Amino acid sequence: MLSFIGRRLLLAIPTLVLVSVFTFSLQKLLPGDPVLTLAGEERSPEVLAMLRHKYHLDDPAPVQYLHWIGGVLHGDLGVSLKTDQPVVQMIGQKLPITIELALLAMAIALLLGIPAGVLAATRKGTAVDLGANVLALSGISVPPFWLGVLMILLFAVKLHWLPASGFAPLLEDPVQNLRTMLMPSLVIGAALSASLMRHTRGAMLAVLRADYIRTARAKGLLAPSVVLKHAFRNALVPIVTLTTLLFGELIGGAVLTEQVFTIPGFGKMIVDAVFTRDYAVVQGVVLCVACAFVLLNLLADVLYVVINPRLRVGA
Amino acid sequence: MTDVALPARAVPRRPRNRALAAFLRNRAAVAGAVVVLVFVAVAVLAPLLAPFDPLKTNFLLIRKAPSAAHWLGTDDLGRDILSRLLFGARASLLAGCISVAIALAIGVPVGLLSGYFGGWIDGVLSRVVEALLSCPFLVLAIALGAFLGPSLGNAMIAIGLSAMPIFARLTRGQVLAVKAEDYIAGARAIGLPDRWIVLRYVLPNALAPIVVQATLAIAGAIIAEASLSFLGLGQQPPAPSWGSMLNTAKNFLDQAPWMSISPGAAIFAAVLGFNLLGDGLRDALDPKEG
Repeated sequence: MLSFIGRRLLLAIPTLVLVSVFTFSLQKLLPGDPVLTLAGEERSPEVLAMLRHKYHLDDPAPVQYLHWIGGVLHGDLGVSLKTDQPVVQMIGQKLPITIELALLAMAIALLLGIPAGVLAATRKGTAVDLGANVLALSGISVPPFWLGVLMILLFAVKLHWLPASGFAPLLEDPVQNLRTMLMPSLVIGAALSASLMRHTRGAMLAVLRADYIRTARAKGLLAPSVVLKHAFRNALVPIVTLTTLLFGELIGGAVLTEQVFTIPGFGKMIVDAVFTRDYAVVQGVVLCVACAFVLLNLLADVLYVVINPRLRVGA
Repeated sequence: MTDVALPARAVPRRPRNRALAAFLRNRAAVAGAVVVLVFVAVAVLAPLLAPFDPLKTNFLLIRKAPSAAHWLGTDDLGRDILSRLLFGARASLLAGCISVAIALAIGVPVGLLSGYFGGWIDGVLSRVVEALLSCPFLVLAIALGAFLGPSLGNAMIAIGLSAMPIFARLTRGQVLAVKAEDYIAGARAIGLPDRWIVLRYVLPNALAPIVVQATLAIAGAIIAEASLSFLGLGQQPPAPSWGSMLNTAKNFLDQAPWMSISPGAAIFAAVLGFNLLGDGLRDALDPKEG
């Protein structure tokens, strides 16, 4: 078990190195000279050279990479070209907002997606199954920003129940915070629960077809206990793995919904950085997200083995 | 065909016909296919169908609600929304197809090489694919789109590159499964060249899931293009795209809600169509399902 985790950790290292190389080379795609944007009106050669030197833009690319990755390993993701603030500090400020949004969305997704998937699988072919499938398919097909816009039209413009914007930090004004977070987390939660429902249904159907379920039924066990005790526990393996992997969808959803609801989180920071060409921030964000994803993948693999004892031997 | 006149044949139907029959029995899949066909027809025939010039502004008609003349209303510059919607299908269809073509053109060869040859080639390619996969699709597309500069073409490149690793991984897995088959060992034993084996035997037998994934990826690419355009990184004004129409519309939610209803509904319908089609193809091509 420990050696399995160790091996997976070792395998994650080359991936992380490659991720950092990709992230670094992103800036080489950039058209135009960032120093020119930075300098503004002040375009004398001395100022440009000074700025180039300040941001290490005058070194050859591999040296720039080593310099950059050295800083990254020391927790230094560089300085925002726009605000002069350390990128790590900016991420630290924005991340809690998006984590709150993500937790709310994930809670909604788990509460809706898993029961719906189990229900659809146990009632395969009925109206319940059909309804759940139609809803789930709509959930993955609807553009999240449009769902957000529709919700604003209904709940903010028409009914005046919830504010369309006006985010307040959780610790300062919890009520206002939850009121502004409700719609965005529903938007992300809808998409996530749709994926989750489809996968739960698939996993449950695969398990319900298995011989040991037939045996349990043949022994005279009642349907609910078969479903909950025997089937769901085994279907849980792929579901848990998937839940960790939904992270990508979660971040993508956060980028779009934070834009729609003007929530000053991590996702909005990416978009703002993109538009102000603050590539130190974009790089930092991409690197952070990718590393988190690699670690979550690792966690998924480990959980997979923990939940499924059959894989422990020889894994 | 005059099947009725022929005596009943004991020969089972060919797998392809069986898959087609299974597909046609699936009403959701057929509905998806119809939506996709309508969507393609609208994109191709947009100039014939559109009642107005999609770029023609009219300051007397700013943000007019839907009427007999303008079925879906007009936008903030007095342009006819229906006409812009019909022309916007082109950006979505192009983005969907071209970015998936890019993803296929890179991802499938990478997966074939990786899966068929194994060894260090597989080791290197798999690490690269894994590294690319470790960045969430939309974040990667936004970052690439941002660094390449905002335009529809760059958005398609960004989406294609972001979708590529999925195809590489899928193809590799398929190839590994096919490679274990006896007929590949046979082909090797009689000394056929690798290139011939890969293109003639491995690829065709690995194709079905790739086709399914490509269909679903078009749905994903349409949403991604709309998302990038919504953020201002895709189709640039004044050219119409559903995402950028929504981007403008969100500033007028109070005054002109109709501006944001129809473009979103169009994206939703097109994506739903491709998702239904992809699900249907999967059910029809996968003998385990059902």
